Amino acid sequence: MAYPPAARSSPPRQPSVKVILASADVQRVVDRIAHQILEKTQGAADTVLLGIPTRGTPLARRLAARISTFEDVAVGVGVLDITLYRDDLRRQGTRAVGPTELPPGGIDGKRVILVDDVLFSGRTVRAALDALNDVGRPASVQLAVLVDRGHRELPIRADYVGKNIPTSLAESVKVTLAETDGVDEVRLYGGSPS
Amino acid sequence: MIKHLLSGADLDADTATEILDTAAEMATVAGREIKKLPALRGRTVVNLFYEDSTRTRISFEAAAKRLSADVINFSAKGSSVTKGESLKDTALTLQAMGADAVVVRHPASGAPHRLANWVDGSVVNAGDGTHEHPTQALLDAYTMRARLGRLAGLSVAVVGDVLHSRVARSNVLLLSTLGAKVTLVGPPTLIPVDIAGALAPAIDVSYDLDSVLPGVDVVMMLRVQRERMNDSYFPSAREYARRYGLDGPRMRRLPEHAIVMHPGPMNRGMEITPEVADSPRSTIVEQVTNGVSVRMAVLYLLLGGNNR
Repeated sequence: MAYPPAARSSPPRQPSVKVILASADVQRVVDRIAHQILEKTQGAADTVLLGIPTRGTPLARRLAARISTFEDVAVGVGVLDITLYRDDLRRQGTRAVGPTELPPGGIDGKRVILVDDVLFSGRTVRAALDALNDVGRPASVQLAVLVDRGHRELPIRADYVGKNIPTSLAESVKVTLAETDGVDEVRLYGGSPS
Repeated sequence: MIKHLLSGADLDADTATEILDTAAEMATVAGREIKKLPALRGRTVVNLFYEDSTRTRISFEAAAKRLSADVINFSAKGSSVTKGESLKDTALTLQAMGADAVVVRHPASGAPHRLANWVDGSVVNAGDGTHEHPTQALLDAYTMRARLGRLAGLSVAVVGDVLHSRVARSNVLLLSTLGAKVTLVGPPTLIPVDIAGALAPAIDVSYDLDSVLPGVDVVMMLRVQRERMNDSYFPSAREYARRYGLDGPRMRRLPEHAIVMHPGPMNRGMEITPEVADSPRSTIVEQVTNGVSVRMAVLYLLLGGNNR
C-alpha cells in the first residue's frame, strides 16, 4: 500500500500498514527455519520444540511437521505457558493461565528449542527460561522466532530468525497465523512512515 | 475479577468457570518436581482462623506457599483475642502489617463481610458460622467436573445437616449458577423451611433419602455438626444413621457412575459408613487434593493482577 503524499505531511494520526510477509513467504520462512534446525542440531535428535502461547504454539507444531517431512525424524512438540512467570504480571489485570504441555519424554536432558512469533524486548523469553527451569532440566536451550524486530532490553538473542525487521519503537509488528487468526501474514503498523 | 470472595453468590458462571479452569492448570504444578510458581512473590497472605480447622487452613497455606506468597498464620488461641481484642482491632493490626489478602474463618456468620470493610486487601471467606464456605463449594464443583466431565445438568443431592452447614449454602448457590440441579435431603428439623426459595429458585427438598438416590449423579454427605446443636434435632444418632446415613446397601442403589462426596471431617458410622467412605466412588481424598489447586486459583485471580 502506497502512502498518499497528503498523509505523509500530516501528523501520523492514521496508522500506516505494511505487509512484510505474505502467506507464501511465511511458509517459506518456516521451511527455512526447519532446515536450519536440522542443520544446526545434526538431524534434530533429542530435540523438543516448545511453543510460547499464543502464536508460538502453532509455529512449533508447523516446524515439527516440516522437520519430519524433510528428514523423517519425529521431534517432540509442547507448549510452555509463561503467564505466571511474567515480570509485568502486577501491572495489568489478572491474566488467564494457559496449559503447559510437555511431550511424553519430558525435556530432561533434551535440546529444547523455544518457539515464538516476535522477538522484541526479550522479556517473554526470560520468563520462558524461568518457566523452563521449573518443569525440567534440558541439556541446552535455543530460541527460534519468526520475526526479530530489535529493541532488546535483556541480553537475549535468537538462534533461528525468520525475518529481521528493523523497526522504530513507535511501530508495531503483528503476526497472524492460519491456526489462530485465519491467515498467515506479518504486518508492520507504522508510527511515522520513513 | 472480583476483589473479595465472601459468598458463592459473588461468582457468576463465567468467573466460576475461570476459577475452575485456572485450578486445572494449577493442579499440574502438583505433579512437578518443583511445586512452586512465582506469581505471588512478595505478597502477604494472612490466615485468620477464629475456629479450629485442619484441612482448610493447611490447604490455604499450601496454596499461598506454592504461589510464593508469604504466609502469616493467626489462630485465635494463643493470640490477643484471648485478652479481649475485637475483630476490628485485629483486622487493623493485620492491615498495618501490610496483608494483601486475609483468609478468614470465624464462628459468626457475616464476619468476613464486616472485615472486608475494614481492610484494603482482599478477603476470602474460609467459613463463617452457619453461613458460607465458598472455596469448599468451588473445590466440590471442581471435583465433580473432574470426575463426571461436566456440571450443567448434573443432579446433586446434598444430604444431612443443611441447617448448620455453610458448605451446603455455598454449594447450592454455586452449583445452581453452574447449571446443576440440587436436591436438599435431611430430617425436617435440619432443613430450614424457606430455604428452597431463599437461596436459589430451582432447588428441591426431600425428607426421604432412599427415594432420591437412584436419580442422582452426586451424593454430598454433610457432617452432623454436634458442636452447633443446642437442641435435639433428631431422637438418636442411631436413628439418624438409619434414615440419613449412607451405607453400603444405599450406595449400591446409586447409578453406576455416581460419586460420593464429603467435605470432612467425617463422623464415620454417623452420616457415612467406612465401607462407603473408603470405596472407589468416594472422592473424599481427591477433594482435599483439589482444594489446594482451587485455592491457588482463587488467590492468583484475586491477587495476581493490579485489579485492586
